[in-house]
Amino acid sequence: MPKLQELQDLTVQVRRDILRMVHKVNSGHPGGSLGCTEFIVALYNEIMELKDGFDMDGKDEDLFFLSNGHISPVFYSVLARKGYFPVEELNTFRLIDSRLQGHPTTHEGLPGVRIASGSLGQGMSVALGAAQAKKLNKDSKIVYTLHGDGELQEGQNWEAIMYAAGKKVDNLIATIDYNGQQIDGATKDVLPMGDLKKKFEAFGWDVVDIKEGNDLEAIIKGMKEAKSKTGKGKPVCVLLHTVMGHGVDFMMYTHAWHGKAPNDEQLATALGQNPETLGDY
Amino acid sequence: MKKYIDQGKNDTRSGFGAGLAELGRTNPNVVALCADLVGSLKMEKFIEENPERFFQIGIAEANMMGIAAGLTIGGKIPFTGTFANFSTGRVYDQIRQSIAYSDKNVKICASHAGVTLGEDGATHQILEDLGLMKMLPGMTVINTCDYNQTKAATIAIAEHHGPVYLRFGRPKVANFTPVDQKFEIGKAVMLNEGTDVTIVATGHLVWEALIAAENLEKQGISAEVINIHTIKPLDGEAVLKSVKKTGCIVTAEEHNYLGGLGESISGYLATTHPTPQEFVATQDTFGESGTPEQLMDKYGLNNKAIVNAVVKVLKRK
Repeated sequence: MPKLQELQDLTVQVRRDILRMVHKVNSGHPGGSLGCTEFIVALYNEIMELKDGFDMDGKDEDLFFLSNGHISPVFYSVLARKGYFPVEELNTFRLIDSRLQGHPTTHEGLPGVRIASGSLGQGMSVALGAAQAKKLNKDSKIVYTLHGDGELQEGQNWEAIMYAAGKKVDNLIATIDYNGQQIDGATKDVLPMGDLKKKFEAFGWDVVDIKEGNDLEAIIKGMKEAKSKTGKGKPVCVLLHTVMGHGVDFMMYTHAWHGKAPNDEQLATALGQNPETLGDY
Repeated sequence: MKKYIDQGKNDTRSGFGAGLAELGRTNPNVVALCADLVGSLKMEKFIEENPERFFQIGIAEANMMGIAAGLTIGGKIPFTGTFANFSTGRVYDQIRQSIAYSDKNVKICASHAGVTLGEDGATHQILEDLGLMKMLPGMTVINTCDYNQTKAATIAIAEHHGPVYLRFGRPKVANFTPVDQKFEIGKAVMLNEGTDVTIVATGHLVWEALIAAENLEKQGISAEVINIHTIKPLDGEAVLKSVKKTGCIVTAEEHNYLGGLGESISGYLATTHPTPQEFVATQDTFGESGTPEQLMDKYGLNNKAIVNAVVKVLKRK
């Protein structure tokens, strides 16, 4: 296990990457990206069992599908810093002729990405297919996903949630970024979703709550618990309680920074709160 | 005129079922998915012989398309089965993002296309699916004409890497293509050489085009009949070669004239060799309940309609 301090340093650096990427093109989604930084960093550097290099089939390694594709900045930064592609390529985010499209895609062959996402609600179905392919291939590795909580308003998720339990897809850990925010406001105001824990349990899932979703130690502990629940006949859901915009004080506890980039002054403030650790790209 | 013998009426969906069963025996990577229409899609044999490679999804087509996309990650070749309406319009965005844009090797197999679905009526009779699918970048679009061709196409698409839409139908129709005819994606099939008019047909309209050509011959009109089973990529060269000889063309399909085969051909000819064309297709309308024969007659989708279109286009030469 990498030392916690190393993961913390990486988290801060990824946060800087996110802020600089969206600032440069004055577009993109910093709020959700910042809120999920600890999770994606921990997942790729502590939780998932990965092979060196990248191949689409991903046999005998864990897989991850980002269903809420708009938080591509955090995904790209973690992939680059894991070595899937050069960190300098983060400079091309959302620019013409780039492999780093606004939303992740396989179309330009970016290593680390196995499905396009952006139109919400599709990732869990894809993950189910990949998980069932693993079972057919006698591959004991796990499929991980991340979804926005607002994304669960898309009906296809509930087709997938019903199917996963009904067909005992127990090599799947689906994490919900439970930040309570979406574009138009708080989820409780846009469309109240009730008790998600009870809903998943009623559909036949095992549920793990990670109350401190922006704390690396809590995430690692919770994800290890989730992993221990796989292979037991039930899919596993992680409710990851996060704060949108975490790590930048003026972006926290609001939906305002869901899809808005900071200006020069705001960037300087935000970077000041996240001093360089591993070197900017 | 070259004679074609009906080897015995059969449904194209049974051709799909037979092709899928054969793939089950020959290609261990082929898996099948269905959204609660196993009997309608004739998938029983594959399921009986390969229960571990079959995924019953339930009535959840969006989930089915996503699961199919995911199964390709791990090297599987998924064949999804449901009605054409639920294979396309209902799940367009899932196909667009998770399959076409993601370049996933999924075979979308769609039965009960068009008005020949019959009595169930317009909710189930999609006449827009070819257009929806051909507009997706990278999608191969195939509409087969009989049992033998559907079986051959089902087997052929497993060897082709990339997303494919395979469209077939419900009713028993003439089975006339040779049982051993190789299916070449994107390659038109010349059925009858002629000199006065080119008739290009796809799907159930191919047999009707052959009957129309026989009737035209009795009136002294020599019709060239071409079966275009692959709407995309279109075999434009075969069409071009033919119309350079005949000088006019009739296209025939069980689909809206907007978005169908005829539109693809007119687009191709407009930029290569502008040619008088008539469309045998539905005229921007929904279908309705009735028998397949009644509906084909009412919506102008049979050999009579083709003959009328030929008479009309000949005057425009």
